[in-house]
Amino acid sequence: MKKIIDFHIIEKQTFQRAALLKLKSATQLPEIRGGQFVNVRVDGCDHAYLRRPISIHDVDYQNNTIDLLIQEKHEGTKKLCALPVGATVNVVLPLGNGFTMPEKDDNILLVGGGIGIAPLLYFAKQCNYLHNINFLLGGRTQSDLMLLDRFSNEGDVFITTNDGSMGEKGFVTEHSLWNTMKINKIYACGPMPMMKAVAKLAREKGIWCEVSLENQMACGIGACLCCVENTKEGNLCVCKEGPVFNIERLLW
Amino acid sequence: MVKTEIKLKGLTLKNPVMTASGTFGYGEEYADFVDLSELGGIIVKGTTLHHREGNPYPRMAETPMGMLNCVGLQNKGVDYFIETIYPRIKDFETNVIVNVSGSNIDDYVTAAAKIDALHNIPAIELNVSCPNVKQGGMAFGVTCSGIEQVVKAVREVYNKHLIVKLSPNVTNIAEIALAAEAAGADSVSLINTLLGMAIDAETRKPILSMVTGGLSGACVKPVALRMVWQVSKAVKIPVIGLGGISSATDAIEFLLAGASAIQIGTANFIDPAISGKVAKGIVEYCEKHGVEDVNDLVGGLIL
Repeated sequence: MKKIIDFHIIEKQTFQRAALLKLKSATQLPEIRGGQFVNVRVDGCDHAYLRRPISIHDVDYQNNTIDLLIQEKHEGTKKLCALPVGATVNVVLPLGNGFTMPEKDDNILLVGGGIGIAPLLYFAKQCNYLHNINFLLGGRTQSDLMLLDRFSNEGDVFITTNDGSMGEKGFVTEHSLWNTMKINKIYACGPMPMMKAVAKLAREKGIWCEVSLENQMACGIGACLCCVENTKEGNLCVCKEGPVFNIERLLW
Repeated sequence: MVKTEIKLKGLTLKNPVMTASGTFGYGEEYADFVDLSELGGIIVKGTTLHHREGNPYPRMAETPMGMLNCVGLQNKGVDYFIETIYPRIKDFETNVIVNVSGSNIDDYVTAAAKIDALHNIPAIELNVSCPNVKQGGMAFGVTCSGIEQVVKAVREVYNKHLIVKLSPNVTNIAEIALAAEAAGADSVSLINTLLGMAIDAETRKPILSMVTGGLSGACVKPVALRMVWQVSKAVKIPVIGLGGISSATDAIEFLLAGASAIQIGTANFIDPAISGKVAKGIVEYCEKHGVEDVNDLVGGLIL
């Protein structure tokens, strides 16, 4: 069941162009799947009339908190990142389909680029019945790769940066693990060029692959049909039928 | 106890609040947020005779206090609606009204006749004002002769309440409304979106795939209010007001300008529970101001 909840920011950590907000709800959280997202209202910003869709970085049902890792992109997300501890944040959640849960003997690789790393943490926690989880996280430079300790708590972390400031130099698709690691499922979230490159590699290797899209949205619940992705089944709403799609359904 | 029932010709609303086509899906999308039985009606997504894929992405551009869209009537066609969607929504405890659109008069007529046969659909809203389709749509709604043609033809096959949704992209909307009334409309709803455009100065490209799109949201309210006022003075049939309504106060303003009922559109995206809140807020306004019947507010503007 979807809910509209007034959360309060109880913790905040800031990064170069991003912020991690811990939001607490006074009421019980609805059940949330890894890869689902929230739609956040931006108050007091002339340039953000619509809500901002943000992926769910972590969930704590016992304390009724969710963590959102938000990148400053335009005025709306800048406003959200500037909110102080104690501020109220109106959120619609949970939205979208989420990632498909793996089988217990699957060897999965979670590939994240830039702020696209955010939803992979909570999804990995939901996959805790697996013997091992591998993350492949990419950024332009070291400072793009935030909260790495959180990821290393859940699995093995492999890194690429475009400038070589951390991990292997290059794109995620160029990492050496692709030659050695046994993988049968890939889950990817990041910039469109990265996801397309991961999808291409997955096809070449014949590996099952899901990607999480972030087309521009208005309603977030499948009503306005603004965020459509043209798929093999026609135009589908990224907010409702997605954001997660198996690459076999996509035209790219 | 405030009386909220609104009687339009052959169509009774338990209160004046409806939801606007294209912003409320088929109602199901909002069922977690709104008790649909608390609404006067829901107007479901624009339906055409044949399946339409709509326009390419990007279909949306955010604007100051509003948004542009060029969705282009994506829907699976009237037969799919009748077979698949209608059974799921026909027992909602509210008026379920279908917005009907077409590329030519025959398409409008055929789709309207099929929906006429659906027992639990008490009205259709004829969309002669969609700015985002190449043929038909707004083309019918911007001239008196165009609107007369399509409304007359649909009137011959459609026996229940016929709402005609008007385009604001005209010089004199009252004339268009009069033409719809003369051709047999039972009511008119206005306004559909205002034709607009957004450009990305960095790339020098339009933001929308179709270059232009329809503007909606809070920013259009003053224009909508003015047009509702002009039309309600001109026609005898009821006027349904919409355009930027985001609160009960906004809704009251439309009633005062002459609307017998209102629709909430883009505001549903910002607060998915807003329609129910507006219905309650109208009652609170009446209680506060000693208004016993919502109908007493209609056209109550003091000049």
